[in-house]
Amino acid sequence: MASIVLKRLATAIPSLIGVIFVSFLLTRVLPGDTASYFAGPAATPQAIAEVRKQLGLDKSLPEQFARYVADLAHGDLGNSLTTGRPVVAEIANRLPASGELTLLGLLIALTIAVPLGILAAIREGLWIDHVCRVIVTTGVSLPVFFTGLLLVYVFYFQLGWSPAPLGRLDVFYSAPPQVTGFYVVDSLIARDFETFRAAFAQLILPAATLAIFSLAPLARITRGSMLAVMGSDFVRTARASGLTPKTVILTYAFRNAMLPVVTTLGMVFSFLLGANVLVEKVFAWPGIGSYAVEALLASDYAPVQGFVLAMAVLYVALNLMIDLLYGVIDPRVRLEA
Amino acid sequence: MTAFDTTVIEAAASPATGLSATLKHARHVVTGNPITGFSFTLFILLLVCALFGPYLVPYDPLATNTVVALKPPSLHHLMGTDQLGRDLLSRVVVATRLDMEVAIFSVALVFVLGGISGIAAGYFGGWTDRLVGRLSDTIMAFPLFVLAMGIVAALGNTVTNIIIATAIINYPLYVRIARAEANVRRNAGFVQAARLSGNGEFRILLMQILPNILPIMMVQMSLTMGYAILNAAGLSFIGLGVRPPTPEWGIMVAEGAAFIVSGEWWIALFPGLALMLAVFCFNMLGDGLRDIVDPQRRT
Repeated sequence: MASIVLKRLATAIPSLIGVIFVSFLLTRVLPGDTASYFAGPAATPQAIAEVRKQLGLDKSLPEQFARYVADLAHGDLGNSLTTGRPVVAEIANRLPASGELTLLGLLIALTIAVPLGILAAIREGLWIDHVCRVIVTTGVSLPVFFTGLLLVYVFYFQLGWSPAPLGRLDVFYSAPPQVTGFYVVDSLIARDFETFRAAFAQLILPAATLAIFSLAPLARITRGSMLAVMGSDFVRTARASGLTPKTVILTYAFRNAMLPVVTTLGMVFSFLLGANVLVEKVFAWPGIGSYAVEALLASDYAPVQGFVLAMAVLYVALNLMIDLLYGVIDPRVRLEA
Repeated sequence: MTAFDTTVIEAAASPATGLSATLKHARHVVTGNPITGFSFTLFILLLVCALFGPYLVPYDPLATNTVVALKPPSLHHLMGTDQLGRDLLSRVVVATRLDMEVAIFSVALVFVLGGISGIAAGYFGGWTDRLVGRLSDTIMAFPLFVLAMGIVAALGNTVTNIIIATAIINYPLYVRIARAEANVRRNAGFVQAARLSGNGEFRILLMQILPNILPIMMVQMSLTMGYAILNAAGLSFIGLGVRPPTPEWGIMVAEGAAFIVSGEWWIALFPGLALMLAVFCFNMLGDGLRDIVDPQRRT
């Protein structure tokens, strides 16, 4: 197993190099003079040249790239212009908020989409299949920020069930002592059920928004892959051997239909990381997405660059995990690797 | 796939009968499936709004009138008015052109870039394939919307750059399809025949391979149109690209977002619905087109 992990890690290296290179290019080669921005609007040419030298922008591009990589190796992503704080600290601080949101969204989507897809496949052409189709088509057509706003209107303004869409916790509550950084988990650890309820109430709408968004591809691929497996010979054999439909579907068909679903999970996660940015803006969620948007609007490049890099590294790591998960689900993949 | 290959080759060999057969089949698909028929009608409507929108609307989309600010839908203002008293119906209709422009230009751009490099990768193989493959792998290593944000931030906050960013994030998809389709045809009989009769490789690429994979690419273009609209609207929702007074669906939803919590639902709802219908239309059209091009892959 260890050698497989190492081998797979090695294949992720070219992607990582590409990612670092692109995130460097995004700020250095493209138009816009960072030095004059740093120096301020009233700076003299000499002052700009001075700042340029300070930032190392007077050096050749390969030299700048080497410096950038060296800084990265020390875990230095530069400082934000607007807050003056190191980008790494800021991202690490805000990552749990985004993580909590994304993971719960994915969890909700999976618990609805996978059974729905299976049901649609084994009842092909019946009403549940049509329900699945409607959900899938609507899900892919709904802009994620629009879904979020609709949910806010219905559940906050009309029904009054959920709190105002303003961040992770109502002002009356204080954050639970940090263990995992996830408020919902931390408040349970601290046995503070009142805070848990408050944090969960804030979390459920944005998480549901993300879930609705990722439902469609997951349900679609589960249905398709189950249909293909249900038509195969070994399922027919299992049926002919007199196994119960439950055993046939869950043990035989479902396990084999899982591989494409897991592959899609990687793609869905990529969508979710992007959608996160929009959902965080709608719900004023203090995650890394809203951090990046604030920086973006202030033309503050270091946080944007750090954000893009962090997202890409996260995504590469996730794909790595998914590849390893293949081996757990399907022993044949393990043998080939 | 083999049945599809032969129909395409036949269509290329005898354009007249092939074309009329395709049209007949297209009519069958549009009228046969009510959803495809509906989305086709919707597409025509979008087209009319995009082309003639500014001449059709009752009010100037930019004219403010604070007397009627924040009014719910009524007979005078069918979709209500926004915080500056601008007529939402006029703004939603006029915005169609800009949203369609972004979608069409970005899809056309990625079709040219991704299509041609993908075909070349599949046809030539070797270092071309490796180069193109590496490039699209690098793009795929990013969460796509995040990459689009980064590109627009770096290139500058304009509509043109939104088009470029949308094209770049769709690049791997087009490359993959064009590459696979070109790869299976690189040694097909008609390609060998063309080579034997003295055609150069680039001529074969453009005159033989490209027309053959065009139908599949058209389906892809329709499907990515919807995605391009969503992507552009998402970017302008967070404040990138289109600037406020300009009517654009994403930015209009963003403007309405502030009023949702106080119950003024119509400002965000109607542009959001327009956005949703446009995306729905292109997705359904794409599925319908796939039925025409590739009946075996029907879902």
